[in-house]
Amino acid sequence: MHPQFEYRIMAVKTIANLTCPSPLPAKDTVLLGHGSGGTLSAELVRELFLPAFHNAALDRLDDQAILNINGSRLAFTTDSFVVKPLFFPGGNIGSLAVHGTINDLAMGGAKPLFLSVAFILEEGLSMDTLRRVVESMRKAAADAGVAIVTGDTKVVEKGSGDQLFINTTGIGLVPEGVELSANLARPGDAVLLSGTIGDHGIAILAQREGLEFESLIESDSAPLHGLVSDMLTVTSEIRCMRDPTRGGVSSTLNEIAATSNVGIELVERDIPVREEVRGACEMLGLDPLYVANEGKLIAIVAPQFAQDVLAAMRCNPLGKDSRIIGKVCESHPGLVTMRTEFGTSRIVDMLAGDQLPRIC
Amino acid sequence: MKYLDEYRDGRIARALATEIAQACTRPWVLMEICGGQTHTIMRYGLDDLLPKGLELVHGPGCPVCVTPLETIDKAIALAARPDVTLVSYGDMLRVPGSNSDLFRAKAQGADVRIAYTPIEAVKIARRLPERKVVFLAIGFETTAPANAMATWMARQEELANFSMLVSHVLVPPAIRALLASPDNRVQAFIAPGHVCTVMGCEEYEGLVRDFRVPIVVGGFEPVDILQAVLMLVKQLEAGQVKLENQYVRSVSYQGNRFAQELMAQVFEIADQKWRGIGMIPASGLRLREEYAAYDANKVFDLKLITAEEPAECISAQVLRGLRKPTDCAAFGMRCTPENPLGAPMVSSEGACAAYYRYRRHAPAV
Repeated sequence: MHPQFEYRIMAVKTIANLTCPSPLPAKDTVLLGHGSGGTLSAELVRELFLPAFHNAALDRLDDQAILNINGSRLAFTTDSFVVKPLFFPGGNIGSLAVHGTINDLAMGGAKPLFLSVAFILEEGLSMDTLRRVVESMRKAAADAGVAIVTGDTKVVEKGSGDQLFINTTGIGLVPEGVELSANLARPGDAVLLSGTIGDHGIAILAQREGLEFESLIESDSAPLHGLVSDMLTVTSEIRCMRDPTRGGVSSTLNEIAATSNVGIELVERDIPVREEVRGACEMLGLDPLYVANEGKLIAIVAPQFAQDVLAAMRCNPLGKDSRIIGKVCESHPGLVTMRTEFGTSRIVDMLAGDQLPRIC
Repeated sequence: MKYLDEYRDGRIARALATEIAQACTRPWVLMEICGGQTHTIMRYGLDDLLPKGLELVHGPGCPVCVTPLETIDKAIALAARPDVTLVSYGDMLRVPGSNSDLFRAKAQGADVRIAYTPIEAVKIARRLPERKVVFLAIGFETTAPANAMATWMARQEELANFSMLVSHVLVPPAIRALLASPDNRVQAFIAPGHVCTVMGCEEYEGLVRDFRVPIVVGGFEPVDILQAVLMLVKQLEAGQVKLENQYVRSVSYQGNRFAQELMAQVFEIADQKWRGIGMIPASGLRLREEYAAYDANKVFDLKLITAEEPAECISAQVLRGLRKPTDCAAFGMRCTPENPLGAPMVSSEGACAAYYRYRRHAPAV
């Protein structure tokens, strides 16, 4: 069990003889942090959604459900997009909505086939904005070889939404012999990362805060199913793949560590961060390990295949900066640690809510 | 990255650590004042590089943590008013008051916004003349000039819909209170480099003289901190007592005169409550009478809001360097960053939060 979970259970047990002032009353309101991909999101899933909807496909808690239908294995996933601003360097809410759902399918090893799209539009949205978003979705889907086959439109009164929200749902087929899941990581496995981290989150923040840097920081938003297919050609001994979106690399690895009940040890020096992104993070008081990516993946690979998979990743333009960033270990199950440049070790934690800018 | 990579260089750090080990013949207790320095120590595991017996204790220099409960309660009460837009540094939103925090207030419909500087709050006030914009102005001498500037600008522009809820704290009176306390065990201090960038080093001379305690003004990168530790150990071992400046690339002896003048124009020194510690005389700043029209305490009648801190965990001792976060029975169990019981777990800058985030596993795996 993840030690944090253990703490929480103990907290419940000891509540009767609590001497310190009680923490704030149980979460009676939805907070922004519930959508941040950190511990509050995990808590919401564990305490509300899982008990309500519980079934074998859902309980795996992967980025997609894998369903056996007439001998085929179907990957099925859904995602909503509420990004602000709608347009940012490297993409917009439309391309992001296509890439995001493709990637959730790809992380299950599936070949993405069909998408649905649902728009929630706020009254007063400019038709030109909508047209540009739709055109960018068309192009993103065509480039990725998926078809948008069904959809829905709702309009809400002005003030009841924020311009434009998009939901996409996708289905794909998982090839024979491919079995990827967050509970399959084993001690000794290598942790692979397909390139620099933090680009998407910082591109959005820089746009939002009006920050300008010497070179433009672009979102890495991209469809990863081609890269995944290249990797699976090398070996099917890939245990698990995840795209580190909300909550960043740290949250994704914490989930894998908790689900597989293993430890993960990273090497700080080996984690690639663009110089501009590092600079922006320094200024904004953020840690790139917690910043969102939209075109990167993390793969847990059996050690004997790690180098070959890495080589295949580097041959794909979307994986050219791939690295082995650490390994799965037996010690400290459920925790992610990092060997620092100084040879010391520290925890890489899951965030409670959103990463907040530090004051000084 | 220039000016960062060289200060995070593992080889230089290890060389400094070796030098510290050679210089150190006896146990010493040092305190780093600033929460930013505590985080660097935890994040890079600097305490693991130091010889046994050389103890780093963590000071009260997290402005978010030491902001009194009643200031938070006032901010929440203001935010709850339908005519108020409350602007704050992001860190403050999660800090629990007596019954709620600003995140929850926001979730319940309050207009709470995060800003990187108080100038943004002035801009909001300019843009939304129908809203009463309040900036929650907290922090040490580091944030005081920007807060003074925002207030000064609002007055210049005669912005009628802008005010500040001020809870400013000062470092030297806090060090003085720590040293004057009969249970003090700190033998030397790393003074906060960013505070001194504004205020200069001069005001620390009196502490060095009155308490015969070595002080080194230190930076925030790992190499800065190790160098400051080395400078202190050398002084202690040689029986010297002086004020030295390690952070020369940022701190001058006089500090930033312009910033100091602006602060003096807008603020005056006042008694101040510190969360987890209590009242320290002349340890804070409040708006001068000329700026009363920009003082949220006066613009809105907030006198009735008071909050006494409950007899709390062990944060009072942690903030004074008497005990470590891990000495607390609640640490990591009943008290976590999601549900903080005490001040130092509240902000990401707090000592307990730093231990929780980087160190709750067994020592170096």
